[in-house]
Amino acid sequence: MSEKITKIILFIASFIIVIISAGMVLSLMSGAAPAFKEFGFKFIISTEWNPTEGKEQYGALQFIAGTIITSIIAIIICLPLAFSTSLFIGEYFRGTKLAKIIGTMVDMLAGIPSIVYGLWGFYVLRPLIVDLGFNAQGFGIITAGIILAIMIIPYATSISTEIIKMVSNELKEAAYSLGATQKDVIMAVVIPEARSGIFTSYILAFGRAIGETMAVTMLIGNTNIIPKSIFDTGNTMASVIANQFGEADGLKLSSLIAIGLILFVITGLINGLGKIMIKQFN
Amino acid sequence: MERVIKDKIFKGFVILFAFITISPIIMIIYKLVIKGYRQININFFMQNAPDTYEAMIALNAGKIIPGGILNGITGTLFMVIIASTIAIPIGLLIGVFLYENKNKFYANIVRDITDILQGVPSIVLGLIAYFWVVKSITNGFSALAGSVALAIMMMPLIIRSTEETLKMIPETIKEAGFALGVPYHKIILRILIPTSFSGLLTGSLLAISRIIGETAPLMLTALGSSIVNLNIEKPTSAVPLLIWEFYNDPNMVDLVWSSSLFLMGFVLFLNILSKSLNGECRM
Amino acid sequence: MKDLIIKIENPVLDIKNLSISYNKGKYAVTNVNAGVKKNSVTAIMGPSGCGKSTLLRAINRMHELYPNIEVKGKIFLNNNDIFLMSSIEIRRKIGMVFQRPNPFPTMSIYDNVIAGYKLNGIRLKKNKKDEIVEKSLKDVVLWNEVKNSLKKKGTFLSGGQQQRLCIARALAFKPDVILLDEPTSALDPIATKKVEQLLIKLKENYTILLVTHNMSQAARMSDYSMFMYLGELVEYGKTKKLFINPVDKRTEEYLTGKFS
Repeated sequence: MSEKITKIILFIASFIIVIISAGMVLSLMSGAAPAFKEFGFKFIISTEWNPTEGKEQYGALQFIAGTIITSIIAIIICLPLAFSTSLFIGEYFRGTKLAKIIGTMVDMLAGIPSIVYGLWGFYVLRPLIVDLGFNAQGFGIITAGIILAIMIIPYATSISTEIIKMVSNELKEAAYSLGATQKDVIMAVVIPEARSGIFTSYILAFGRAIGETMAVTMLIGNTNIIPKSIFDTGNTMASVIANQFGEADGLKLSSLIAIGLILFVITGLINGLGKIMIKQFN
Repeated sequence: MERVIKDKIFKGFVILFAFITISPIIMIIYKLVIKGYRQININFFMQNAPDTYEAMIALNAGKIIPGGILNGITGTLFMVIIASTIAIPIGLLIGVFLYENKNKFYANIVRDITDILQGVPSIVLGLIAYFWVVKSITNGFSALAGSVALAIMMMPLIIRSTEETLKMIPETIKEAGFALGVPYHKIILRILIPTSFSGLLTGSLLAISRIIGETAPLMLTALGSSIVNLNIEKPTSAVPLLIWEFYNDPNMVDLVWSSSLFLMGFVLFLNILSKSLNGECRM
Repeated sequence: MKDLIIKIENPVLDIKNLSISYNKGKYAVTNVNAGVKKNSVTAIMGPSGCGKSTLLRAINRMHELYPNIEVKGKIFLNNNDIFLMSSIEIRRKIGMVFQRPNPFPTMSIYDNVIAGYKLNGIRLKKNKKDEIVEKSLKDVVLWNEVKNSLKKKGTFLSGGQQQRLCIARALAFKPDVILLDEPTSALDPIATKKVEQLLIKLKENYTILLVTHNMSQAARMSDYSMFMYLGELVEYGKTKKLFINPVDKRTEEYLTGKFS
């Protein structure tokens, strides 16, 4: 009897998360409905963002583009750094105190609130961009991309470090016994063995970058255009919601929610892909 | 031996890049400490944030800006407590459910949903809480709305850490309970949860440390408040919201450093606390 | 004393006063002196923990991959001090086969055989590569079994086939000496027999040094045998003589199964 009740309680609890998720999708869809009804599929491919009453016209393409571009820049910058850090912790200095310290510091990067990254980006990174002459104000895609790169490093590092650590010693020894140097072993044994794990951690990091809000909002420059170069300003899906939500109602609010829905779907797809990949090598 | 040189160069780059990777954390902490420590005094924890006029007068007089972040601290704690009250019990139950139904079809779906929920950007959760609470329950920005957004963020973290912690308990301990004829719910309450208590606590603390610095979802839900508010139906401030306000107000911008230093110190403290707890449990 | 350790004339490999310690002071191998005869199979046996694997792994300097292992003494390969050569060079001249078959799982059978060339960045023409692969696989009597599936992954092979593939990988560089660390301990009896026959055949062209904890394996296939106990080389001689007429009491006790 008690067993049955316990099982029922557990089941009901588990159902809560299903309801929350389903409710999220439904709420976003119903909130986005007016925008999609008004603009149809054009919402996704239009770059118009005009809140003037009577001429209201909204499209999300520039935000989708801004999001993808900043995230790609972030992952490109993050890649050599995170990969080197994984090799540092998981291969070169594996098990040493130094590796532990570096690992802890990388973990600390994950603990810094997004808004603090934004501040640091604003006061330290942005002036640097100005000094380098990339951009007069220092705001823009590249500034946001660099900050995002730092923010996603812990996510890109954690799984790949574990996977690199797991590469069997027997294989590495086999390669050494053939006269390989450590670099050869990394290139010919460690990377091929760990590649799906490494790739997965970058996918998950990319998913993180796409949804980051505050730091990007503070640095990207907030213009509703498709950036023509990495030194241009722009907006991401998350940053436009953060920026314009306060003064939004009616069709504009619905459009922002529609952008939220697109963001939800994109991150869901990317994380789903990452999860499938994790399952594959488990 | 060109290859040996290449090997050395490669290693050199790995080390260099690893140090570049960790340099931001050092630079960020340094910046926050240098710019923020002066502002942190007893008033910082005892007074509400100043208004822009007070700050301007102090600025013009070349004095330290008066006031503190009490409304932010209380708001953050208030919302974190409500969010934890919602998320921890439910998360624990779902974690136990996943542990008990390891590879069943439905449990796998629940696990997948949990993982996907964990990846949902926090700003989207803000939108959701705006719909569910601000528009429907409290008819206005409120602490409850902020807490709901934070609770949805916490839940997947609690669920997965609960499941992972329970997995580490040897099956024999559970069997010993069954062999003594202990009823199922008591096995969960008296054996599983106490055995893995420190692990569960670690998971909860880590989850709290993850949400405590969240700004975006609160902008859409709790909004902010210039006074201490402990009414769940009213707008409420939070430390990250205050940082955002200071950042946007030229008169108060100097206050961002101390509040950021405090916020980050708190997050790191929670991290270290949870890790040291975890260390104890492994011994 | 002289009766215990046989003197090998013109040894291919000459170990002089070799001691190996872990973590400063814990000796795993103490003062080993031994020569290894060219084109022979020499077995190193002894109870587990006697230092036989440690000794073997020092010969191609694999111990250098791990910190806190200190080696004193000298090892000569054809009268050249191996510690004065680069580790890369020495490992190409002294091949190694491990306890468990470890073909590279991401490489095909073909690529596994020439992995040594690939890893060392040596570029070969296609027909030269084909030649090496065929020759090496024929040497290990695997050619007929795999010639139609060279592009398949090595991990699809059976355990015995995998181990022969690993031997082929070690042979592809034409090493002077092949070290084998209990190469059949993970194999079934039939696969073991095939590997043993192969090793006996290989000694025509190579010098083979084999660590085994299986006495009968040493007796079956080796020409010379070393017996190690607690890090010490207790006795070393022609296998027949050592098994029939051991000098040291500990060797006798080991061979009669008093400890293992």
